[in-house]
Amino acid sequence: MMDEIASHIMDIVANSLTARAKNISVVIEKCVDGPLLILDIKDDGIGMDNEMAMKVQDPFFSTKTGRKVGLGIPLLKGTAETTGGTFCLTSEPGRGTEIRVTFNADHPDLPPLGNLKDTILVLTVGNPEVNFLFRYKNSVKEFLLDTAEVKDLLGGVPINHPEVISFLSKYLDEHL
Amino acid sequence: MNLEDLKKIREKAQKDVELRQKQARIRVVVGMGTSGIASGAREVLKTFVEEIGRRNLTDVVVTQTGEKGLASREPMVEIFEEGKPVVIYGSMDSEKSKRVVVEHIVNGNPVTEYAIEVM
Repeated sequence: MMDEIASHIMDIVANSLTARAKNISVVIEKCVDGPLLILDIKDDGIGMDNEMAMKVQDPFFSTKTGRKVGLGIPLLKGTAETTGGTFCLTSEPGRGTEIRVTFNADHPDLPPLGNLKDTILVLTVGNPEVNFLFRYKNSVKEFLLDTAEVKDLLGGVPINHPEVISFLSKYLDEHL
Repeated sequence: MNLEDLKKIREKAQKDVELRQKQARIRVVVGMGTSGIASGAREVLKTFVEEIGRRNLTDVVVTQTGEKGLASREPMVEIFEEGKPVVIYGSMDSEKSKRVVVEHIVNGNPVTEYAIEVM
């Protein structure tokens, strides 16, 4: 169903947006010294109490009882654990939520990273009022994009202006 | 190409920003819940975003929203245009999105065969 890590990221970030986050960081790191892939998504949204934090990890907790998040969290947890990785969700009401996942990068069931460029582009311009920090690091390079910095450089020009969209698309092609 | 290049865009684009800040003529909203993403909503959103960049449609804004509650018709796209009914498109993909940009957004004719609701 979620066939790419990049799709999982879209989905987890969608929860952060529902939680009215204004600042979201997404870190993907492939460790140099072992088969370990780390994904860390952190937001400053409304957060959850312990009870809710447990419930959102349960795929059988019904969406019809006022659940505001989809199946994204149990799906990601399932993927991580299938590869022999770990899943850790920490949240505090009023402060935000952090989801930290590790994958065994050598496991055959690890989904491909997928189209990270599209994920970054649509999140950035589809949510102009939110600041994103994207960091992708592997053994050969490190990519960092801070959309607050982009907005600073743009002055009053919106980050979803057509010319900025075209710029970001090319920029990501070149640097990511 | 580096981020400093954004300053050039800033100088060039500042003119039409005032215009745009009044009110975007058209708002495109793409549903991005789990079922939407799993059925290709990111590609749909990307197509709208890139077409709007490519065609320099400065009076159109594309945003994402959460689950739309009709999983069987995802990816779903809503088009809001002042003074006109809201059109909801269902089961969208990249090709259909391109057609909606040309026929609906640029030429003002909703693509009725993709529409699942007009309100």
